[in-house]
Amino acid sequence: MSATAADDQLTIFERSRAGRRAFVAPASDVPERPLDELLPARLRRAAPARLPEVSEPEIVRHYNRLSRRNFDLDTGFYPLGSCTMKHNPRLHERVAALDGNARLHPLQDPRRAQGALELMWRLQEALGEIAGLPHVSLQPSAGSHGELAGVLLTRAYHEDRGERRTKVLAPDTAHGTNPATVTMGGYEVVHVGTDADGNVDLEDLRAKATEDVACLMLTNPSTLGLFERGIQQIAEIVHGVGATLYYDGANLNAIMGICRPGDMGFDIVHFNLHKTFAQPHGGGGPGAGPVAVADHIEPFLPRPQVVRREGAPDDTIGTGSDGRLGHFDLDYDRPRSIGRLRGFQGNYGVFVRAYAYIRSLGAAGLRDVSETAVLNANYLLARLRAIGVAERLPVAYDRVCMHEFVLSGAPMKRDLEIRTLDLAKRLLDHGVHPPTVYFPLVVDEALMIEPTETETRETLDRFADTIAEILREAAQDPEIARTAPHTTPVRRLDEAGAARHPVIRQAL
Amino acid sequence: MEQAGYPDDLLYHPDHDWARIDPANPDEATFGITWYAQDALGEVVFFDPPKLGTRVTKDEPYTEIESVKAVSDVIGPLSGEVVAVNDALADSPEAINEDPYGAGWLVRVRLSDPSERESLLDAAAYRASLGS
Repeated sequence: MSATAADDQLTIFERSRAGRRAFVAPASDVPERPLDELLPARLRRAAPARLPEVSEPEIVRHYNRLSRRNFDLDTGFYPLGSCTMKHNPRLHERVAALDGNARLHPLQDPRRAQGALELMWRLQEALGEIAGLPHVSLQPSAGSHGELAGVLLTRAYHEDRGERRTKVLAPDTAHGTNPATVTMGGYEVVHVGTDADGNVDLEDLRAKATEDVACLMLTNPSTLGLFERGIQQIAEIVHGVGATLYYDGANLNAIMGICRPGDMGFDIVHFNLHKTFAQPHGGGGPGAGPVAVADHIEPFLPRPQVVRREGAPDDTIGTGSDGRLGHFDLDYDRPRSIGRLRGFQGNYGVFVRAYAYIRSLGAAGLRDVSETAVLNANYLLARLRAIGVAERLPVAYDRVCMHEFVLSGAPMKRDLEIRTLDLAKRLLDHGVHPPTVYFPLVVDEALMIEPTETETRETLDRFADTIAEILREAAQDPEIARTAPHTTPVRRLDEAGAARHPVIRQAL
Repeated sequence: MEQAGYPDDLLYHPDHDWARIDPANPDEATFGITWYAQDALGEVVFFDPPKLGTRVTKDEPYTEIESVKAVSDVIGPLSGEVVAVNDALADSPEAINEDPYGAGWLVRVRLSDPSERESLLDAAAYRASLGS
């Protein structure tokens, strides 16, 4: 290991030297009060906190170095299926950084935060229009959180009618969060099968849709990247037994402005603002998973709701930006609500960026987003076929795809003796983030590719050529892929070892 | 990748499970998953041991195995009651990958209907079902 490489591995604590300092605060020029007056000794540390003692350039270099070890959308192509890793327009960062947005305190009185509340209210209206369902809560702060809201809303709806239902249906291709949410919501998961075309198996659904089913959780397009052709029949079957139909919004990027979940018969929809509406994500947040619901679910939405009231209280500005008299408020008077889902009102910065995205594109622009996302996916699929990759990586269901598609690496594993995981790891050496692998589970050695609308044709071509190159290389020497990656800061991780013998405590 | 193998002395369930019945003690069977199953799962990281006395129903899941890829149901090849569990898998679940027919056995079951074995496949038929 070179000196630089060894230095790269040091933690900020290992860089610490006693007495070293970065910024030193100047001497106080105001009268000081004794510490005991401010905080009793029993509440104070006996010894100073063991913080790293490092010079300012060392701090800057350390974190700059760490940031460069990351792979992100600003570094390269990131076709992570079902995650919609699209470009985040820089305009949104400017808007989110405006003082009125960035410096607003979450405890600000609503009368003094009219602009922020109006933005949230308008975002609710816009999301409701996109979903085709009029009532929106912005509180859920992740896709899975939106799902939990959906299941709790379903439970509240049934219990309000005096019904006790015990099961929730989900396709066998569902995102793993669906069954997890169902279990967390106190229901039993029942899986519905997939037919030969990759759609929900309607016969299986009919057999399993019984009077004790509370809900069907579905995403359309499905996780196979295919439009559910039977969505109307699905809605009829589910509503026929009095259950709710829930839309997992992970794949909304395929249909915006073209069709609406509400019109398909969905009762509850969650959005992933961090996916579809272009937020920086992939590092664990912050996200936003608002829900939109139909009239019969509205009474149960989380509390408080952002509302517009007619007339102006004495000390507010009095009109919204459209000149209409009124003001914005937080409505706590919701007796049948499922209650609060989080502190404060949600990740406000995410709302600002999503609202900027929707307003800067407009209705026609949002439709263009989805059409281009679908076109890019179909182009890439056709390109992979044209250059002969499909022999080793055939598409799992041979149909026109939506915004993403799923390949099977089974022939590649059989003929070249490399697995989908090896291909994914080798892509890292080519500066590409690997697609989603081994999901959905119904596809053997699955590789799930979502290029998004923000990539150029040249990037898509280069990606296709890279896959072809890796297959050619594996035909010569499969060991290169099996031991990849070779150029990243950390090499092949021992995933099984990490799961079998997890080290969950790191001594500092 | 280790070579695939399907011993002749086992009975196979089409969902990739095996049962071993000792002719000297035909009322009991040992269960495990096949080479094909462990290869498809990838590296196993956890085996959820069923409690002694658990009822196993043929064709139904009786426990779960977690690999780096997914959590998967394990299907009972025959019906009966669990009389022994491979406790060593708690510390070394990798035995399911490394030795699926030996150290990687899962449970021992007292069979409730020994005639069920008639519906299981022999090694040749199971191999044929894999298309290899």
